[in-house]
Amino acid sequence: MKYALLIYAAPGTSPLPDAELGEAWVAYGRSAKQAGILLGAEQLAGADTATSVRVRGGERLLTDGPFLETKEHLLGFFLIDVPDLDTALEWAARMPNTAYGVTEVRAVRTGTRWQAALA
Amino acid sequence: MRPVGTDAAGALERAYRDEWSSVVATLARRLGDLQAAEDAAAEAFAAAARAWARDGTPPNPGGWLMTTAWRKAIDQLRHNRAVAVDPQALLDAAAGAGTAPGTVGGDDRLGLMFACCHPALALEVRVALTLRYVAGLTTRQIAAAFVLPEATLAQRLVRAKRKISQSGIRFEVPGADALASRLDDVRAVIYLVFNEGYAASEGSQLIRAGLCEEAIWLGRLLHRLLPDDTETAGLLALMLLHHSRAAARQDGGGAVLLADQDRSRWDKALIAEGTAILDAAVARRRPGRYQTEAAIAALHAAADSVDATDWPQIAALYGALARLAPSPVVEVNRAVAVGMADGPHAGLAVLEPVLASGALTGYAPLHAAHADLLQRAGRADEAAAAWARAERSLGNAALQHGLRRRRAGSGGPP
Repeated sequence: MKYALLIYAAPGTSPLPDAELGEAWVAYGRSAKQAGILLGAEQLAGADTATSVRVRGGERLLTDGPFLETKEHLLGFFLIDVPDLDTALEWAARMPNTAYGVTEVRAVRTGTRWQAALA
Repeated sequence: MRPVGTDAAGALERAYRDEWSSVVATLARRLGDLQAAEDAAAEAFAAAARAWARDGTPPNPGGWLMTTAWRKAIDQLRHNRAVAVDPQALLDAAAGAGTAPGTVGGDDRLGLMFACCHPALALEVRVALTLRYVAGLTTRQIAAAFVLPEATLAQRLVRAKRKISQSGIRFEVPGADALASRLDDVRAVIYLVFNEGYAASEGSQLIRAGLCEEAIWLGRLLHRLLPDDTETAGLLALMLLHHSRAAARQDGGGAVLLADQDRSRWDKALIAEGTAILDAAVARRRPGRYQTEAAIAALHAAADSVDATDWPQIAALYGALARLAPSPVVEVNRAVAVGMADGPHAGLAVLEPVLASGALTGYAPLHAAHADLLQRAGRADEAAAAWARAERSLGNAALQHGLRRRRAGSGGPP
């Protein structure tokens, strides 16, 4: 099954210096790649650079910032392919941010109509 | 085939109790979807109600139900491929269409238990799923036991089933590295069900007391499936030994404390069974929290009176429990036992750190234990003040309920 591991943390709360944190993510990504489970991974620009878009009554409305103001920001994600939730939770628990932030694990739906249409 | 007639209804009822959760478990494992499994099982039982009344009860009701339910599940898959079933399951279903499982696998219920008690589910959801699908209680019965609207509970189950199938929780026994902690989770759910029943509050007493029986039933099942697991044996023994006092724990006025119980009303058969299961487990020399608590309960059960109780041994066991599963409540119980074994001053010495920590300020048994030890130490004024604190703590009915629950959870004398 495919899982999205959504990486959250409050900015500036890592106990590690930036360089070490970067190394920790490299090591994590490398181990995921070596395990053959890595489908993709991205790091997002800061939440303060986000623009939220709504269309209401045909009019485009823009908001400067994320649509949810939370203490912990979505920083990026990994997309992995593993047999089951237990395995996905293990990979989530190994992410460096889980020591001070949180990772949300969401299964990815497959076999939907829109996917079939795009195939 | 047995003769056609009224016994078809009885056979169906027995089959429901004996086979329903096995059928659901096997289908759930094969389909990866609890809802689809439940639907197919329901159809199979409906078919049985018609066929058995007409043709008589089949020689192997469980096998009949399993085969029929599997056929219904495949029909369901063929007719509705959009259901939330893993495509792989569909392939497996097609492959297995000719070879429906003839026997009902007890092992599948173990996998079902692990899925229902998965740590990714909220605790109350684990309890509801386990009672519904492993113990086979109805949604209405579970809702009544937990004083919830039936619709709320039904909704909770629907959401849980969706999460299990869509998030990839497997109906399987976890691998060796995760087994110990996942098994802890399963036992915790069973013990929680037991304590919910043990702490039965006045209004819903009868319904909730039934939860003790259900928890023991679940404990027996887990013990039968994992006979070598000593902590599972310990949990079953603990529940049997506690439950042996059920008749003596209540009188017209409410709960009766251990010291005041009429011990002739303790259930000797349950005590004998619990003690035998515990002895066999302890002989394997893999100690644990449940075995230790059961050993304490067994010592109480073996004593004819409070005075005849082996308090030094109980105090030592609470010492072991404090190392295995440290908690302030365990320390209070240890203080009581030490106070009985070595005198009030020794008991007070154990209690002092708990009192100083302030962790259990509103916990009546703490103040009651303190008061009793002070009294026996000849400090009457301080004892009176402690009794007053105990009574203040008991003033609130809701709190009182919570206290009993914790008392039940602590496994020892109040």
